[in-house]
Amino acid sequence: MSKEKFPEFVELIKSKGKLFGPVKQKEKYSFEEIKDFSELDFDYQRTIISPKKFITPAKYSTLRFVKFGQTEVLPDDEPQIVMGVHPCDIHAIKILDRLFLGNIKDPYYAKRRENLIIIGHSCLPDDKCVCQSTGTDMVEDGFDLFLTELDDFYLLWVGSDKGLGIAIEAENLLEENVSEEEIQEYVRWQQERSSMFTTSIPSYKYLADIIHLNYDSDVWEQFGEKCLSCGTCSLVCPTCNCFHVDDKIMMNAEEGIRERMLDSCTLPYYSMVAGNHDFRPDRTARLKLYYTHKLKEYIGRWGQPSCVGCGRCIAYCPVDINVITVSNALFEEVCETQEVCDQ
Amino acid sequence: MTASKDKEEISTYKTQPAEILAIRDLTDDTRYFKLRCKDITMNKDFQYRPGQFVIFSLPGVGEATFSLSSTPTRRDFIEFGIRKVGSFTEALFKLKKGDTIDIRGPYGDGFEMEDLRGRDLIIVSGGLGAVPLRSVLLYIEDRREEYNKVFFLNGARSPKDMLYKRDFIAMNQRQIIDTHLAVDEDDTGEWPYNVGFVTQLIPKLGELIDSENTTAIICGPPIMYKFVIQELLKLNIPKDQILMTLERRMKCGQGHCGHCAVGGRYTCLEGPVFTYYDVQHIKELI
Ligand SMILES: Cc1cc2nc3c(=O)[nH]c(=O)nc-3n(C[C@H](O)[C@H](O)[C@H](O)COP(=O)(O)OP(=O)(O)OC[C@H]3O[C@@H](n4cnc5c(N)ncnc54)[C@H](O)[C@@H]3O)c2cc1C
Ligand code: SF4
Ligand code: SF4
Ligand code: FES
Repeated sequence: MSKEKFPEFVELIKSKGKLFGPVKQKEKYSFEEIKDFSELDFDYQRTIISPKKFITPAKYSTLRFVKFGQTEVLPDDEPQIVMGVHPCDIHAIKILDRLFLGNIKDPYYAKRRENLIIIGHSCLPDDKCVCQSTGTDMVEDGFDLFLTELDDFYLLWVGSDKGLGIAIEAENLLEENVSEEEIQEYVRWQQERSSMFTTSIPSYKYLADIIHLNYDSDVWEQFGEKCLSCGTCSLVCPTCNCFHVDDKIMMNAEEGIRERMLDSCTLPYYSMVAGNHDFRPDRTARLKLYYTHKLKEYIGRWGQPSCVGCGRCIAYCPVDINVITVSNALFEEVCETQEVCDQ
Repeated sequence: MTASKDKEEISTYKTQPAEILAIRDLTDDTRYFKLRCKDITMNKDFQYRPGQFVIFSLPGVGEATFSLSSTPTRRDFIEFGIRKVGSFTEALFKLKKGDTIDIRGPYGDGFEMEDLRGRDLIIVSGGLGAVPLRSVLLYIEDRREEYNKVFFLNGARSPKDMLYKRDFIAMNQRQIIDTHLAVDEDDTGEWPYNVGFVTQLIPKLGELIDSENTTAIICGPPIMYKFVIQELLKLNIPKDQILMTLERRMKCGQGHCGHCAVGGRYTCLEGPVFTYYDVQHIKELI
């Protein structure tokens, strides 16, 4: 598809539901509702909050009750379309899908997910992107459509029946045949992009083992002392999904709602049970949970961590605790104790 | 007992109304609740295993998790033992016989009672741990011929703190299960059974059991596990035959909210029953 046709293409997509896309606001980007093509800005690295906000919003009701009865609150049926989603964030949605749509389906997630159309967009890395390490710098599925932006044209990938439907409707905007030169240009672009990554997770392949060996390391204490228990890392991480449930009563004391809200294992009381018994009373224990669950336990279970290398923790943790600093510190520990550094 | 068992699909948070058939005080702060699902077919279809749990919902107050204390061998009602510790349980204690409560579940991977057939069993509970283990005990009483020797050791701080005291004394008298009741301290001076920690009763079982063919089942306060396990290991009971049910904070019961995660496992799906072998291999379990 040539670039001039792009606005028209977006217009067509907009007719399918509520459109969201990356918008620049005071130097930061976020996925916002798009009224006009000009609001879209695809030249971005990462939004603060990932597209998880469309499928597991930070806060939503699941139940509404009145004095004598209750009704389950399911999300609206309105289709939502999100454009400009990068490969890492698509991988993150695949991880969330596995959790929420596995053999036990979450009805709230399922409904939102069914109504979401994902249109991916190619990107170029900055110094915080570590998706090459985590193997999530490219996607083959998990989207409805995916656009790779090259100098004068877009390459469009179709990833689902819904995506195919849109592509068929957009027939007159798209060129059916991709020329040999265009393919060459794409390959060149891919190679160039691959060489642009400057940051990586050390010894990524052995990370699960490194964490295992370092379970009792002082490194955790050091990070624990710095951590503010602010929960930012979970808020921004595209695969963090833990939630808390709370009932709220209205002023008239007769009606209310049950709400789910995003929670974080780095917050105090996350593992507290009755009788004030807290399984993880200190920050060190909670931070260890965050990183071992993401980087080790997921590998054990799924052969893949639940970090997609988006760099958000690197950009937003106020005290520099992130996948890079944590894995670096753990790696150095192993080096000191086991002399495996040079391998 | 854990890991990769195919779970049938449980797909929603749908609750069903259950009527409170009876309430009775067990101790100063703990009450027995007997419920029945109002819908007759739901009631008939309510299948569960000892060790599983149910989530109660009180709109406006919240949700909380409680272990099934009844046995699936006795149909038509389910029973719970609940301690008043905070906001939810306080609201629950205000309910009366005939009131309705919404429940969902059962959840968790309970005890596979069939797999334990033919084995010697040592069942050890402390405090509130008697609640889920009562389910195991009643199940065994109803199918006694399927098991070999069965011992039940139960500990409480003092006679007035012993949950299900009446039931357990009756159990002791029935002698279907070799029952031993212990209190840490006898402030009444009239306790006819053992005084001292429940752990002291374990060594005596050594010569009565066939270690290799014995399974131990434990539930109690976090501190109890360590001491009980030590004693059981001295009897040479295999590590994968020491089963325990563990409590964690839970919000969903379906592997979604994350709160109950320990190691890579969600207690609500793969627990609350774990083996000592699991405990050795999963950090943070106890
Ligand atoms: C598998 C399992 C089985 C249980 N079985 C029993 C039982 O048979 N009998 C019994 O008396 N208790 C049992 N509990 C504990 C019971 O769920 C808690 O005592 C109860 O949730 C406390 O509620 P509360 O609001 O009265 O207490 P509060 O202390 O007021 O609770 C405050 C907050 O902490 C949360 N909270 C406290 N403990 C837990 C917990 N364990 N899980 C999730 N959230 C928690 C509550 O939801 C509430 O929001 C069990 C817990 C689990 C996980
Ligand atoms: S690791 Fe950083 S972002 Fe996360 S809770 Fe601690 S201080 Fe906040
Ligand atoms: S751990 Fe950090 S880099 Fe990895 S997915 Fe989460 S926010 Fe992104
Ligand atoms: S209780 Fe929610 S994940 Fe286990």
